[in-house]
Amino acid sequence: MDIPLDQILIQTINGIVTGMILALVASGLTLIFGIMDVVNFAHGELLMLGAYVGVVTLGLTGNFWLALASATVLIGIFGALMYVVTLRPLLGRDPLTTILATFGMSLVLQNYALWQFGAVSRKISEPIVGHFNLFHLDYPWYRVAVALISAAIIGGFWLFLKFGTWGIWIRATTQDRVMAQAMGIPVPWVLAGVFAIGSGMAAASGVLFGPFGGVDATMGLNWILRAFIVVVVGGMGSLAGSVLAAILISLLEAYASLWVSPSQAIIVSFVVLILTLLVRPTGLFVATPK
Amino acid sequence: MSRAHPLAFWSVFVAAIVLLIVAPLVLPEFWRRFVTEVLIWGLLAMSSDLLIGYTGMISFGHSAFFGLGMYGAAAALLTTHPASLWAALLYGLIAAAAVAAVVAYFSTRLRDIYFAITTLIFSQIFYVIIFTSTAWTGGENGLNFDQPALAIPGLFSLEFTPKVLHWFVLAAVAGSYLLLRRITQSPFGMVLQSIRENEARTRAIGYPVERYKIVSVMLSGLFAGLAGVLYAIQNQFAAPDFVFFLISGQTVIYNVIGGVGTLVGPIVGAGFFLLLSEAFSRLFTAKYLDPIGLHALDGMSYLVPLGLIFILMVIFMPRGLLGFARRWLNR
Repeated sequence: MDIPLDQILIQTINGIVTGMILALVASGLTLIFGIMDVVNFAHGELLMLGAYVGVVTLGLTGNFWLALASATVLIGIFGALMYVVTLRPLLGRDPLTTILATFGMSLVLQNYALWQFGAVSRKISEPIVGHFNLFHLDYPWYRVAVALISAAIIGGFWLFLKFGTWGIWIRATTQDRVMAQAMGIPVPWVLAGVFAIGSGMAAASGVLFGPFGGVDATMGLNWILRAFIVVVVGGMGSLAGSVLAAILISLLEAYASLWVSPSQAIIVSFVVLILTLLVRPTGLFVATPK
Repeated sequence: MSRAHPLAFWSVFVAAIVLLIVAPLVLPEFWRRFVTEVLIWGLLAMSSDLLIGYTGMISFGHSAFFGLGMYGAAAALLTTHPASLWAALLYGLIAAAAVAAVVAYFSTRLRDIYFAITTLIFSQIFYVIIFTSTAWTGGENGLNFDQPALAIPGLFSLEFTPKVLHWFVLAAVAGSYLLLRRITQSPFGMVLQSIRENEARTRAIGYPVERYKIVSVMLSGLFAGLAGVLYAIQNQFAAPDFVFFLISGQTVIYNVIGGVGTLVGPIVGAGFFLLLSEAFSRLFTAKYLDPIGLHALDGMSYLVPLGLIFILMVIFMPRGLLGFARRWLNR
């Protein structure tokens, strides 16, 4: 089969753009797992709720950036509350019970959204409407902007972890929760804060993705599945691993969609996952397996 | 100690079976069907309890085994003339076992949370495959077929009336329960439980833990496939929705609500959950009408209160409804 070079290039850019959104989703998930041993099944639902907050704010104010900011903040607060109410009582129990609790949460949130907003997919209009010329095709600037914004959020978050006071507290808590507590770090606040940050990142990616595929109650499931794959391939708890794996998987899916329909292209990421499990079950991009 | 209350256990068991045998004779059709469905879902949940409650691995992928059981039965019922029940059982179990073998081989390499995620992803792989290979599986529409007769060639042939179907399902579920109970009490089952309690130590003693895990996943998949076959026979269709992850999620919910590690708990959990769904869906459709007129959606909003009940049970009642009887049931 003959695939023209410009198609391949466009798919490369597409892959990187979706990969950056996916990285944003997955880094929240991996952060929450790495620090708290919690697999947040409701992460996709937080993304979906974030997108809906975006839709509502956009409807009220007409400003996309305001919608993005309010979704991030509101869902961040909501995530922290969710953590305090449903997950804090489970601290110290088998980590598997946290899967159950967050799974129940995802069920509640998804069906609440379905009931509240209906099954018809909502649209978020692109804040940047310009196109630029890529070969003979128009490529929207917005997609490029999304990749840059995602990269900026992840980069900013990395800097925050590296140099910010709270970032240092977070890393200390990851290494040794009891010792961190003993050194006077407010561990309960740090944990709630981590959940807030992860939730906010999910919400931001929901709003950013809104203009591509529309917003509906089941969009979270699609993302959580891909984010899980990314997190396993990249190595659970590793931020850099998640980003690399997200881009790798999105690129492969984008290339695969040159030949097969997008709904079948996801099989490629399944294959990557299976190969990873066979060759290196701890994740492709983790230096020293635990 | 292990034979402390055999009499009490078996009399409760027999009483429950007798009640379930009599049920279709006295219940109206709607509730007869309800009880049959609870038994089938209960079997699915019970199969998953072998992993959750005994081996200590949470599977979020049981819909794959269930769904493949359905599609296997569908393949048999569409290709054999006249439709043969035994072929449906055979094909369904083979399909489920084949899938279970693949899933077991890969997912048992991982533990705990990773195992749960891997099984979830595997079930989605099969969902995508079934959903997109329209030529064989009918894609989104699924497959429709006729009910086979309960027959042994040359001996007898019985039409599947609702009552006969109920008794057939009951026999299959009760048989599976006894078999699973025997398995969990056998030396093999003891090894599974010791993996749950302390995997490293079990390995150190010299048991090939991986092999035990693979066999337990395959056994579990086999019983889940049986549930799928029964469901296909009862409803005369196979649809990709039943391979979808939501079914796996409900399986886990039934287990947690009913009490893991009890085998009957999941059946009770399924009954409790489905009864509540029935009640809530009636309450909610009556109370809140959808503002934009999408009445089809009302059917799902009952999951909001149910999900909340589930979360509360995870936090406050982690041993489930039958958790108090766990030791007694496993004697």
